[in-house]
Amino acid sequence: MSLSSSTIAGLRRDLASGKTSSKEIVQDLLARIDKVDPKVKGYLRVNREAALKDADTADLSKPLGGIPIAIKDNINALGEGCTCSSKILEGYKSPYDATVIRKLREAGAILLGRTNMDEFAMGSSTEHSAYQKTRNPWNLDCIPGGSSGGSAAVVAADEAIAALGSDTGGSIRQPAALCGCVGLKPTYGRVSRYGLVAFASSLDQIGPLTKTVEDSALLLNVLSGHDPMENTSRPVAVPDYTAKLNQPIKGLRIGIPREYFAEGMDKEIEAAIRKAIDWYASQGAEIVDVTLPHTSAAIAVYYIIATAEASANLARFDGVRYGHRSSEAADPLSVYKNSRAEGFGPEVKRRIILGTYVLSSGYYDAYYNRAQKVRQLLMRDFEQAFQKCDVILTPTSPGPAFKFGEKTNDPLQMYLADIYTIAVNLAGVCGLSLPCGFTSSKLPIGLQLIGPHFGEETLLRTGHAYETSHEWAKQRPPLA
Amino acid sequence: MQYEAIIGLEVHVQLKTQSKMFCGCRNEYGGATNTHTCPVCLGLPGALPVPNAEAIERTVLTGLMLNCHIAEICKFDRKNYFYPDMPKNYQISQYDMPLCEGGYVILGKYAFPKETQKDPISDAGKKIQLTRIHLEEDVAKSQHFETTSGIDFNRAGTPLMEIVTEADIRSPEEAFAFLTTLKQILIYGGVSDADMEKGQLRCDVNVSVRPVGQEKFGTKCEVKNMNSISGVRRALAYEIQRQIGIVSAGGTLRQETRRWDDPAGQTQLMRIKEDAHDYRYFPDPDLLPVRTTEGITDAARKRLPELPHQKKARFVRDHGVGDYQAEVLVADGLLASYFEKAAAKAKNKGAVANFLINDFLATEPDLAVVQLPPEHFGELSNLVEEGKINSRQAKDVLAHMLESGENPAAIVEKKGMAQVSDLGALEALCDQAIAANPKSVEDYKSGKTAAINAFKGFVMKATKGQANPAVVDEILRKKL
Repeated sequence: MSLSSSTIAGLRRDLASGKTSSKEIVQDLLARIDKVDPKVKGYLRVNREAALKDADTADLSKPLGGIPIAIKDNINALGEGCTCSSKILEGYKSPYDATVIRKLREAGAILLGRTNMDEFAMGSSTEHSAYQKTRNPWNLDCIPGGSSGGSAAVVAADEAIAALGSDTGGSIRQPAALCGCVGLKPTYGRVSRYGLVAFASSLDQIGPLTKTVEDSALLLNVLSGHDPMENTSRPVAVPDYTAKLNQPIKGLRIGIPREYFAEGMDKEIEAAIRKAIDWYASQGAEIVDVTLPHTSAAIAVYYIIATAEASANLARFDGVRYGHRSSEAADPLSVYKNSRAEGFGPEVKRRIILGTYVLSSGYYDAYYNRAQKVRQLLMRDFEQAFQKCDVILTPTSPGPAFKFGEKTNDPLQMYLADIYTIAVNLAGVCGLSLPCGFTSSKLPIGLQLIGPHFGEETLLRTGHAYETSHEWAKQRPPLA
Repeated sequence: MQYEAIIGLEVHVQLKTQSKMFCGCRNEYGGATNTHTCPVCLGLPGALPVPNAEAIERTVLTGLMLNCHIAEICKFDRKNYFYPDMPKNYQISQYDMPLCEGGYVILGKYAFPKETQKDPISDAGKKIQLTRIHLEEDVAKSQHFETTSGIDFNRAGTPLMEIVTEADIRSPEEAFAFLTTLKQILIYGGVSDADMEKGQLRCDVNVSVRPVGQEKFGTKCEVKNMNSISGVRRALAYEIQRQIGIVSAGGTLRQETRRWDDPAGQTQLMRIKEDAHDYRYFPDPDLLPVRTTEGITDAARKRLPELPHQKKARFVRDHGVGDYQAEVLVADGLLASYFEKAAAKAKNKGAVANFLINDFLATEPDLAVVQLPPEHFGELSNLVEEGKINSRQAKDVLAHMLESGENPAAIVEKKGMAQVSDLGALEALCDQAIAANPKSVEDYKSGKTAAINAFKGFVMKATKGQANPAVVDEILRKKL
């Protein structure tokens, strides 16, 4: 096994035993990037010199000492670019570290590079990047999912040991499923959002994309915790998320929500998920029928709340203090209009307009206010379901990776790609996607586990049990 | 046709906290441009607000001082609009759940402009009702140069308290009295220095006119840009006359926002208020709601100072100080406590008050750093009460005391100013006086009682003013 195809846990052992060095790890990754990224195009920028330099001074006594991590380009790291895959932030250099970046540095991790995404995290295919198209390592004609498509692709292609992504409606879990790796969206408030360029403030969470569930737990240990700089981060103690990974799952109650297994489901995906359910049952887990009655409202609720919050969060991109300023502007209003017209892509504009509309006088009550009320109902659905089960199991994505351009003509079709992931963000609960098979065209299928608020321990344990009993995590895409 | 004015005020007060409202930057007046900034108050991508607990407590304290109801729970909302002095292009404010509701201010006689204090308008002890007090962040400061404009973000994010009155004010003088009283209370509470010239207190007025007896309100105009409390009075006086002029001539008023031009002595049109701006208020998802019942209101209550009107009443009741004197003493909290120290051991506290008001204040002392011990004034008044010196001598001692800072007893001794009350000596002098002024004796005996002053003058001159006038008077009357 090459260094670049290894895991955090594996490399930490090898570093401790002296079998390898951080420099060798970085070098192997850089070589792999040179070989495959021209095809995958997952990276926007690679920190070649800085990563090698950091490798030389790596402190192996730290939890992530010597381990390189790729970062989605919407998380601020001091001195690095932070484009959010948008032209409006072309050339912008972060003057500060996001809290998660500070924590990674304190844990000894090395920042390897910045990954591609849908512009401002708005999308499910990474096709909305203003810079480049990232390709699914399993099939270069297919999308990697989104919005953390770059992070998922580089992990799947062994161009990174692990990566950070962000998840607002499924943006970590869905690309993880489509690229065949592990993606975790922590409970809202588990990980600080300070330094994450905001899309939807009440939905966003930063989380890890990794090759194994164990690696996900290792990263979650470092990323979690209350942040005095972030008012919505919760003061909940951080356990060692690796400690209970091997606890037996016998007697675990796994809820299967009937609304997620409706008529017309993709046959191959359904088959893979049902096989996984059977496996859990064979291990002594109790399979429970649960209901999440308001599921059908989730997408509408999401696209009202998320766009409303985004319309305000993106107002700061006005060309006045930073970012792109139009050269065609002679007065403040023109600076705003032209800079934003030139700097934002069409999907971003679409969502800003939609969000502005649902907040506007005369429509606020009918749309935004009502959506928040229905959101409460969705939260209650999960609370009630978790009284009958410990974890909920669903598919992550309604279909495997689709071809480029297949859904770009119909934004609504694209929005439906989030159907299984979106309610998790609305309820603020935690969600994990891990590989559970392939389609007949050798495209990855993802299994989603959903846990209650701050229930990551159960989530990870449940996923770890499945992963370590199957071979999916060891599969690698057929990249030359 | 008689018209009356209906006036409401919107007052913005900068809180005197150490840091800004949502970040740790210094909250300081002056300072080189753009030196008190950080990602949060600059609205950089990824930055997030955290509320300043001291600002919340001071606002609750203000609510308590102004007789408001303190909301058990309040929240922050985003007020969305684009302007170059707005780093995020939304202002974090409070919309429908402000920190304080209701409340009132009572106008005392001496809060009115000096020349109107004799008018009945100032007698009534009128109550001005408040609508609400809420907390928000201040915007940055624009500076305009020849062909460009600059923005200083030092001020952006300063905690701002917005106090809104009901339309209870009926004259420019009442507005003056309101602002004077409010300012005094804010200073007493240590909440703000409330200096209008430094922009620490800003006031916009809403004013309309209607014929006396009419129930319906007239069209109101908003007037901005007054830099002082007397400026507010002048602006209102002008605007009321302008409106009366139009309405009484049969014209109609438009709802306008007007700018006060102090040098020109006029209000000028800024913009027409036909379309109310849609701010698309929604609760800020980055900030948790605040519960004042969990200790904030209790903590604020402990900080309640004795308010000016309470202190004044106490001075009159317990120190026997006159109404006007008490007013002057409490106008400045430092002077009030200086007086209390000065009068602590004084037999005649009124006399001490007079020394301070008539003589001490004339030296324009800086009460924050004054060296002259307040007890000296008490000792001085006791010297007079005990007959050791007379009141004329007291004036000399006072003058020396103010200059040298020495205590009065020491001055009296040094200058050998002890009042002469020795009967023997005075009797002898009186005999001399009578002997030297036979004409005056005749005048006195023939009924011109004022002639006694000639003898008194003689004795005073002989004793260099140190004779006890009461004793001299008694002796002379006996002898004559």
